[in-house]
Amino acid sequence: MAAIIQGIGAATALTSASSLDTKKAFFSNSRRSLSVGAERKGRTFVVRSDGGLSYGLNGRGGRAEQLITNAVATKEDTAAASTSLKPGHELLLFEALREGLEEEMDRDPAVCVMGEDVGHYGGSYKVTKGLAPKYGDLRVLDTPIAENSFTGMGIGAAMTGLRPVIEGMNMGFLLLAFNQISNNCGMLHYTSGGQFKIPVVIRGPGGVGRQLGAEHSQRLESYFQSIPGIQMVACSTPYNAKGLMKAAIRSDNPVILFEHVLLYNLKERIPDEEYVLNLEEAEMVRPGEHVTILTYSRMRYHVMQAAKTLVNKGYDPEVIDIRSLKPFDLHTIGNSVKKTHRVLIVEECMRTGGIGASLTAAITENFHDYLDAPIICLSSQDVPTPYAGTLENWTVVQPPQIVTAVEQLCQ
Amino acid sequence: MAASASSFTANSFLQPINSTRSIENNNKKTLLGNQLKDSSFFLGSAKKLYMKKPFSFQNSKSRSNGVYAVSEVVKNKKLNTDSPLSNLLITKDEGLELYEDMVLGRAFEDMCAQMYYRGKMFGFVHLYNGQEAVSTGFIKLLKKEDSVVSTYRDHVHALSKGVPARQVMSELFGKTTGCCRGQGGSMHMFSKEHNVLGGFAFIGEGIPVATGAAFTSKYRREVMKEADCDHVTMAFFGDGTCNNGQFFECLNMAALWKLPIIFVVENNLWAIGMSHLRSTSDPEIWKKGPAFGMPGVHVDGMDVLKVREVAKEAVARARRGDGPTLVECETYRFRGHSLADPDELRDPAEKNHYAARDPISALKKYMFENNLASEAELKAIDKKIDELVEEAVEFADESPHPVRSQLLENVFADPKGFGIGPDGRYRCEDPKFTEGTAHV
Repeated sequence: MAAIIQGIGAATALTSASSLDTKKAFFSNSRRSLSVGAERKGRTFVVRSDGGLSYGLNGRGGRAEQLITNAVATKEDTAAASTSLKPGHELLLFEALREGLEEEMDRDPAVCVMGEDVGHYGGSYKVTKGLAPKYGDLRVLDTPIAENSFTGMGIGAAMTGLRPVIEGMNMGFLLLAFNQISNNCGMLHYTSGGQFKIPVVIRGPGGVGRQLGAEHSQRLESYFQSIPGIQMVACSTPYNAKGLMKAAIRSDNPVILFEHVLLYNLKERIPDEEYVLNLEEAEMVRPGEHVTILTYSRMRYHVMQAAKTLVNKGYDPEVIDIRSLKPFDLHTIGNSVKKTHRVLIVEECMRTGGIGASLTAAITENFHDYLDAPIICLSSQDVPTPYAGTLENWTVVQPPQIVTAVEQLCQ
Repeated sequence: MAASASSFTANSFLQPINSTRSIENNNKKTLLGNQLKDSSFFLGSAKKLYMKKPFSFQNSKSRSNGVYAVSEVVKNKKLNTDSPLSNLLITKDEGLELYEDMVLGRAFEDMCAQMYYRGKMFGFVHLYNGQEAVSTGFIKLLKKEDSVVSTYRDHVHALSKGVPARQVMSELFGKTTGCCRGQGGSMHMFSKEHNVLGGFAFIGEGIPVATGAAFTSKYRREVMKEADCDHVTMAFFGDGTCNNGQFFECLNMAALWKLPIIFVVENNLWAIGMSHLRSTSDPEIWKKGPAFGMPGVHVDGMDVLKVREVAKEAVARARRGDGPTLVECETYRFRGHSLADPDELRDPAEKNHYAARDPISALKKYMFENNLASEAELKAIDKKIDELVEEAVEFADESPHPVRSQLLENVFADPKGFGIGPDGRYRCEDPKFTEGTAHV
């Protein structure tokens, strides 16, 4: 708590910093990439914030969510001079997910969608908008409100040759399908001695939204991460949302794709060419020298807010969006640790048994000798997400805390 | 719930013989009303399920307008035995096939008990003794492409579907030659080749999976335009499962989308130590079919021929694309819930009552009475099965235990799921992964 209050000043400074500094573009190694004509060059993300917002905790100021919802990711073509101009197209994150899904449905007739209100209504966040008229009610199946059963049905369909994409209208609802996700999605390939594959994608909006109350503001990564046999990825930009969606659908493993309620309206220019990302690979967001900040999903934007302040204060943080929540990309993470020797983890997940806790363990196990300081892990608080805006803000990590933590790490 | 003037006639549905249950209670039956005048094509009809009159809370009987019981298909067939040549329920070959499958189920399970007590298999082992008529009556009608979804009491379903006994026994021994390489065990029998989609050990969880398999059949026919895809799926589960939400949820979805699935309730009256009558507000499970717009059938699950007749109708209905059927088979397990269950709770009189109705003896009697088989023929089958089961045990016993290198296989269909190691290579490429010694 002290960190937050201490950080107010920093946050104010941060939001009043008007420069939309663009970072050096960083191109992660595409050696393992599945990319099909992927255009990974010349991109970086600029988080534009409304300078009028403040982080005041007295309720007078605006709230962080507004700041983040206003965050816009754009393609910054710093490499324009060296590469041919690719026009690309601009779309919002939910449209990118939809585009990825549609491309895969065009490509493979076994790909289908099932979930609550995915068809005629177009999805609660419009990720499946327009797909039912195009592909019909059977391929875009509106299910009754019976999470455990329609998830199990997706698994049965996957065992018999389909590639269902199962939407949780809200990720939290999938707690009702936990048995199917754990026992059947995760374990059945193993218990069947490898005979049956479960190529399903389970996806949906999660995370702490804007005063949605405890049940609709869940951080479920921690719940799902110990299920054997599943992979988990979190998207954070329209570019990676589309690429990860396509990769998840093509994977023979069951994949849980985490989307964040507050990121659906992020806008970005993405390539016109088809591309598929690597499910297991982390994404370098901002290369730096002093400290490694590992984050994912929405916290990426809080980190980038903080990064601006940190840069102004003379720090050069390296920001990595780990993207693959299970398994971790230990190569990208390890290389960064070996370079900076300091690690800060920023996540929205629960503190106890969360992704950050697992990541801390993995780094300690693998790269302990490279660390010059203990790992700091900023997680959201272990409380049911409160309704009140002030309390909700204090539940999740705010940029000032990140600034303070980096200062502490780099002392 | 006032009794309607016309009480339900016993011959309108398959009255279990000498039932120990309270379903003979006439007040309950009158709930059904006299709605059977509509002689539907099969075991009840969804055609007139809409409310004919506006629903009124005052007149709860109007609700029962939509409830249809079952047809007299089986009963009629059974009764017309005056001209045996044309009205026998089975041919000789069919009879021998059924007999052999039931004897296999029985002998296999008896052998499992022996092997369990001899320390050859471990864990929870649930035996199927007494219920063979259900597995045989249903599954022997299926094609190889049709799917079966089972429960934790799954050995015999797998055998009926064609999984070789030696593979099932070997799985129980935890050997690498088992149908799941020793990774599944008693409650998780799978066979992709035979479309056994699994034994599911938690109550109810197999029903959605079965519903999904049925969805695939419909999808392949209608979306992928595979016109000849008429595969059906059978979901087996017990009376205890019928109080679980997934059962109701899937009845709804299957009826809603007319999926080619048959829900087979093996009502053996006991969910471990919980009597069906103590756990269920209305113990007539078959009635839940009409409530969801599908036929509900009650059949004597100790009579393989009755089961088979009902199954034929239900399978034909599913293949035609007319949708799901709920079949309640009244049966009984001759052993405890599992081999760890001392079975002290159930009344010996109840056990004796059902023991006297052993489905294998009943079929034997039927075949003798109708000159379908001689004693020598059946004895030959008994001997053949004994040898087959002995051979299965030998095979399992001699088969190797899984080696360490197997440990990390099959966690992911695509082992890239283990991720990228610090050296930048996929961890599954590490020799330790193939050796099974990697720490994951």
